[in-house]
Amino acid sequence: MAKHEIESEVTGNVWKVLLEAGASVAEGDVIMILESMKMEIPVEAPVAGTLTEICVVPEDQVDEDQLLAVVED
Amino acid sequence: MANRGAIARRVVRACNEMGLHSIALYSDADAQAPHLAEASETVHLPGNRALETYLNQAAILQAAVDTGADSVHPGYGFLAENADFAEAVQAQGLTFVGPAPRWLRDMGDKIAARSLFADNQFPVFAGSAQITDAAHAQQLAQEIGFPVMLKPAGGGGGMGMEVVQHPDQLEAAMARAQAIAGQAFADSAIYLERWIADPRHIEFQILADGQGGAMHLFERECSVQRRTQKLIEESPAPGLSADKLALHADLAAQICGQLGYDNVGTLETLFTGEGDVGFLEMNTRIQVEHGVTEMVTGVDLVQQQIRLARGEPLPPQGSRQGFAVEARLYAEHAHTFMPSTGRLSRLYIPTLEGIRVECGYQQGQQITPYYDALIAKVIASGSTREMAIGRLLVALKAIEIEGVDTNAALLRSVLQDESFLAGQVDTGIVGRLLGGS
Repeated sequence: MAKHEIESEVTGNVWKVLLEAGASVAEGDVIMILESMKMEIPVEAPVAGTLTEICVVPEDQVDEDQLLAVVED
Repeated sequence: MANRGAIARRVVRACNEMGLHSIALYSDADAQAPHLAEASETVHLPGNRALETYLNQAAILQAAVDTGADSVHPGYGFLAENADFAEAVQAQGLTFVGPAPRWLRDMGDKIAARSLFADNQFPVFAGSAQITDAAHAQQLAQEIGFPVMLKPAGGGGGMGMEVVQHPDQLEAAMARAQAIAGQAFADSAIYLERWIADPRHIEFQILADGQGGAMHLFERECSVQRRTQKLIEESPAPGLSADKLALHADLAAQICGQLGYDNVGTLETLFTGEGDVGFLEMNTRIQVEHGVTEMVTGVDLVQQQIRLARGEPLPPQGSRQGFAVEARLYAEHAHTFMPSTGRLSRLYIPTLEGIRVECGYQQGQQITPYYDALIAKVIASGSTREMAIGRLLVALKAIEIEGVDTNAALLRSVLQDESFLAGQVDTGIVGRLLGGS
């Protein structure tokens, strides 16, 4: 089992969280959607596995490189 | 001035040049915006989110009443095409600097707008009214011919559209498009239209007095886009029949006159590679790229908006002289196109001969995630297209911006692209330049 940490590519806020911790994900599944500069930015699972951690909730402000979620394969 | 950034600064400048008292609004994040010092008066809208500030109708109306304003200019974006807001402004006894609310409402419904212009003999591409039933939609799509485009009635600017290649994908695509439209525009109505491969995006600038008088200020070519976001605009449009452009510009103005349209508006069209022309949408606001038209006509569109809103007559129909090209400088990562935020530790855009800069920021200011990514518009004019492009390229090479990443390199590569220089532009040009991405 390898841990894959998903970090934010942008400074913005969390618009929607679509999955819950414990969910099985396929590579490319959208876990949450961030919002920055009027753009919706989907955050996708980098690999197939289990979504073990979601580190933010909707409306949270996030910075670039901030940890958003963890997927273990 | 119920807006921010470059357009707020532009409207403040127009007010100053007309001897009018201007009142600028600002959110927490915009407290250092340069136009606040240029305005006659400022009002703070606490908070940063658009809903707390530039979309906060109650707070904006209160600011207008408290300061004794007689007019509200909505700029573009935010509340500019919100009919309820325009009505609320008028209900306070204030002038809304824009078309009558019914125009904002009617043109905001893309199905109604399309059929209104079709009824008035403006060409439209094969398409449908609202579709709800999958079997009926299938029949309509067969008549139009695949691929077809699914478009949201409440959308605009290219948002929420979907291309359907094959009949067996239509039903699922309809459900998806309706869900997206319902979520994004609070209106799940969608319609069908013929899909056009790499069209040219040509728009016509309209001015109208609400009394049946209307004129056009020629066209703008806006095909250089990345994912429906415009990057470079110019006037005149290169490589198209001048007669065909004039014919459609005249027709657009004539229809707007007949319909009693008022203030400024832009009729957007697509030109296909085969030379067909079709109505796209009518934008009931000043456009981001209005400066391109101003540079070649000498007409100040923002001043005209204010004059028309006060009931003054249309300006005389003038001619167009020279060429103008505009580049939109965005705060985004050069390779991922993701938003780039940060403090503008260096902001230098040269004001060389033939260059006009519309910038809503000053050095030292933060670019925040709360608003759109536009840093500045750089507009070049010249007596030939080559001269205007050359001047713009020099300006974009001399730009110095530190603290955020920008799309300046992409803009420079478009300006040096062989097909762009040859005037062969269509909405696929940026994708081809980026290698199909």
